[in-house]
Amino acid sequence: MLKTFSIGGIHPAENKLSAESAIQALPIPQMVSIPISQHIGAPATPIVKKGDEVKVGQLIAKSSGFVSANIHSSVSGTVFKVDDILDASGFRRTSIIIKVDGDEWLEHIDRSEELVKDIKASKEEIIKQVGDAGIVGLGGATFPAHVKLSVPPGKTAEVLIINAVECEPYLTSDHRIMLEKGDEVLVGTQILMKALEVNKAIIGIENNKPDAIAHLTKLAANYNGIEICPLKTQYPQGGEKQLISATIKREVPSGALPIEVGAVVQNVGTAYAVYEAVQKNKPLIERVATVTGKSLKNPSNWMFRIGTPVKDIIEAAGGMPEDTGKIVGGGPMMGKALSSVDVPLTKGSSGLLLLPREETARKATKACIRCGKCVSVCPMGLEPYLLMVCADKKDYERLEKDAVMDCIECGSCSFTCPAHRPLLDYIRLGKGKVGQIMRARK
Amino acid sequence: MSIIAITILALCAIGVTAAIILYFVAQKFKVYEDPRIDEVEEALPAANCGGCGYPGCRGFAEALVKADDISNFNCPVGGAAVMSHVGALLGHEVKAADPTVAVVRCNGTCENRPKTNQYDGAASCSIAASLYSGETGCQHGCLGLGECVEACNFDAMYMDEETGLPVIIEDKCVSCGACVKACPNNIIELRKKGPKSRRIFVSCVNKDKGAVAKKACNVACIGCRKCEKECPFDAITVENNLAYIDYNKCKLCRKCVVVCPTNAIHELNFPPRKEKPAAKPDAKTVKPAAAKAEVKDAPKAEPKANDSKEETSDNK
Amino acid sequence: MNTKVLVAPSPHVHSGDSIQKNMYGVVFAMLPALLFSFFYFGLGALVVTLTAVASCYLFEFLIQKYILKTEVTINDGSALITGILLAFNVPSNLPIWIIMIGALVAIGIGKMTFGGLGNNVFNPALVGRVFLLISFPVQMTSWPVSKGLTSGYIDVETGATPLAIIKEGLKSGQSLSSLMDKIPSNMDMFLGNMGGSMGEIAGAALVLGLIYMLIRKIITWHIPVAVIGSVAILTGILHMISPEAYAGPVFHILTGGLLLGAIFMATDYVTSPMSNKGMIIYGVGIGVLTVVIRVFGAYPEGVSFAILIMNAFVPLINVYVKPKRFGEKRK
Repeated sequence: MLKTFSIGGIHPAENKLSAESAIQALPIPQMVSIPISQHIGAPATPIVKKGDEVKVGQLIAKSSGFVSANIHSSVSGTVFKVDDILDASGFRRTSIIIKVDGDEWLEHIDRSEELVKDIKASKEEIIKQVGDAGIVGLGGATFPAHVKLSVPPGKTAEVLIINAVECEPYLTSDHRIMLEKGDEVLVGTQILMKALEVNKAIIGIENNKPDAIAHLTKLAANYNGIEICPLKTQYPQGGEKQLISATIKREVPSGALPIEVGAVVQNVGTAYAVYEAVQKNKPLIERVATVTGKSLKNPSNWMFRIGTPVKDIIEAAGGMPEDTGKIVGGGPMMGKALSSVDVPLTKGSSGLLLLPREETARKATKACIRCGKCVSVCPMGLEPYLLMVCADKKDYERLEKDAVMDCIECGSCSFTCPAHRPLLDYIRLGKGKVGQIMRARK
Repeated sequence: MSIIAITILALCAIGVTAAIILYFVAQKFKVYEDPRIDEVEEALPAANCGGCGYPGCRGFAEALVKADDISNFNCPVGGAAVMSHVGALLGHEVKAADPTVAVVRCNGTCENRPKTNQYDGAASCSIAASLYSGETGCQHGCLGLGECVEACNFDAMYMDEETGLPVIIEDKCVSCGACVKACPNNIIELRKKGPKSRRIFVSCVNKDKGAVAKKACNVACIGCRKCEKECPFDAITVENNLAYIDYNKCKLCRKCVVVCPTNAIHELNFPPRKEKPAAKPDAKTVKPAAAKAEVKDAPKAEPKANDSKEETSDNK
Repeated sequence: MNTKVLVAPSPHVHSGDSIQKNMYGVVFAMLPALLFSFFYFGLGALVVTLTAVASCYLFEFLIQKYILKTEVTINDGSALITGILLAFNVPSNLPIWIIMIGALVAIGIGKMTFGGLGNNVFNPALVGRVFLLISFPVQMTSWPVSKGLTSGYIDVETGATPLAIIKEGLKSGQSLSSLMDKIPSNMDMFLGNMGGSMGEIAGAALVLGLIYMLIRKIITWHIPVAVIGSVAILTGILHMISPEAYAGPVFHILTGGLLLGAIFMATDYVTSPMSNKGMIIYGVGIGVLTVVIRVFGAYPEGVSFAILIMNAFVPLINVYVKPKRFGEKRK
């Protein structure tokens, strides 16, 4: 029996269409729009203005607090303007728009492909370098990575868990990174271990990626303290709490962070970015995204510069299919539907999914038949049917009592509901309201 | 026979004992309640709409009885009549508040504001608003999913199929404010009903820059400040690219309506423009003070209007 | 692109499951037992089933269209299930007008008064059945004796169910062992060769349906196992205490519609609890009540009553029995 998390879970069709496609570099666009808020926390403060010349890797917006992240220019050229544009969040927000001119990098960035295994930086230097490079969790949550590496006083990290689960259907970017940048990922893992002062790291990979498991297991023999842990394919295993439950059989208490049980979770893409930041001085200016969909001509994986418009990556994969009904930034379970193809790809863009209309259009909502399927699939042991009703009726007290804040918004309930009820829509709304009430109380 | 007698006696004894216990318990746990609360509650409309800000009419009655001064309290449903009645009951002087009515400040009909995408989530404005900027290029306007209509307890609203916007049935609206609270984009406002229900308001809440707003919607306020300059009474302020008419200062002269380049300023229930001379005496009879002010300030306003024209042409 | 892109909150895909799929899955699972009853009771079974199903559809349609004036949802398959279950719960020679009354009560009172599918507290088919049992006790307890496919509809001999034989026999002072000779063997009862309501006799066919529903994940194992298990344990204890006064667990499981109740009626989505823990409590409650009614009560069989009583507790169970939460703080 392979390991997996303790309660609930579903198994959506995997549809990993682009698993065989090697990572290619996406051409640099003529214009990039780099939003100043690509992470959880305070938006960064722009430090360039219209007309400024910038180079690749140059800081253009500064972290504006502890939970915030630096933002660097992904291209070289001139700042065209700093303005509000529609970004992947679905709202108009401040972005720095840069007109591209050539591809001139800052000199201290090491652009060679050579593997640097020797970790010279100290613990403090690593955390500082990760913060300076503006690295955020690349699994999609975009939580600033340096915050997670700074273990709060009184707590100790015992184990680093690398999230290489990629439980979202369709997406294959992490899979390709493991296959193509295996050594870099492992060095990155060791850097993270050093920063956290732990001597054990577990890389959790679902067994639908046997080649990645085999490849990393072979490489890991050369590194101390890294263990590859194959997991049963089950959604939402990539959720922090679920992954900890699956790999080390510990339950993070309700409302607490993973550090409570001595674990720190980082995404495999983050480990690669950390390697590049610490060993190669390269800030987070590009990442890998999967562009995929059943009707797409060429589902594939691309290394793109942050700020590239979505339409460029679609074009690279063979253009928008006729039957496209929805453009999703991220995976089909937790990704965000985009209302335009002009929005820029950001640090959190792990993929771009073009779903055919009939696959994604919602069916008519029916009355709840109380089958209890939402309850049985909820990985947090909640009662989605009840939370939806309470959110609709604005019974926030009850929502809080029934732990709506524990919801990880994985969407298993809405996915499963035979009556096609928009359970998560309402739960998310209720969660927002309860969160406001709880913050106001403090 | 004796069985029956014993049964009856036993039952009576139990009844009497229980009655005595109940009496003492009732005495012991009696909660004193001001009898005026009942009286005031009786006087209220019993709509329990919450428009006053209290949990139902009972809650409002309790608050009224407790308060030393009830001039800040208002029952939007009952209006001045009910409040003066309540005032009489409680021995307070009550000034009549101006009646208000809900106004939808968005004119982004399907025609004026073309859709750029199609919302497919749960039919709730709050959910759509927290997800993204909406089906059109305007992220401030009406989302068209009718949460306000659902919130209305008085059947005073409906969604217009053609425009996709909510419509307020003025005669039924009691100005309880439920729709105002329900709207996540705050497009509905309670405004002074005005004489003969005549009102002027900016039917737009778009705070984007003029060009962006205009691109998203034909009738958006673009923050050009023409109306602000035109207004003889300083009733119009433009903040964050959006004009707002203060209904307490507005004298319903309608000058702003004419200058608005995007027709974002709406006038309601006025007679047609051609009969303008006829309208003036009409206004006089209703509110002489306002009409006088209008006449007096009119010459002053003229050069102002010219200024604004010059300025805007400079801008171009 | 001619059409505009859709925007909706996540998730953007769906499992493809639907109410219809689940309902018709249950219907499919009932087919073995249904076919067996046709084979065993002949024409009568067919007439009863068709009448029950047709009247359920008709009443649901009429009530939704003309009284509630809501969207008509007869295509969701739930009326079909109610109809078949109602037929399963009555003798195969029941007059048509009685069946129609049963269907009216089942759909009208059991389901629609509560607001339709999803809101009913009690299993509609059982509401109809119990109403008929109380109103027409004679017709409802005259079970035809099987004559195979050739049997007609009304003019058949009638006999008693094994449970009734035991109950009456024990009341009149006969010993259990002598009564046991009068009823069919365990194997016969499992295969369905005994008197009883249309759907309750074929244990093997019902179990086939259960296996199908478990494989299709239409239901979980919790309720059937809890019901059957608790009946087995309780009657087992009673049987060990006094083998002469109480029949053994195998007899109790195979008779009186216990399998039908445990597999198809107690597991009704709407009227059973949501959480696994709740389902087990509910199942055990049904098991215990069934045994209490059968052994100590006036009626020979108690499954219907037990399920209806536990149905009433379901809202309470849903409130107090919560699923195990992930990372819940333990006190």
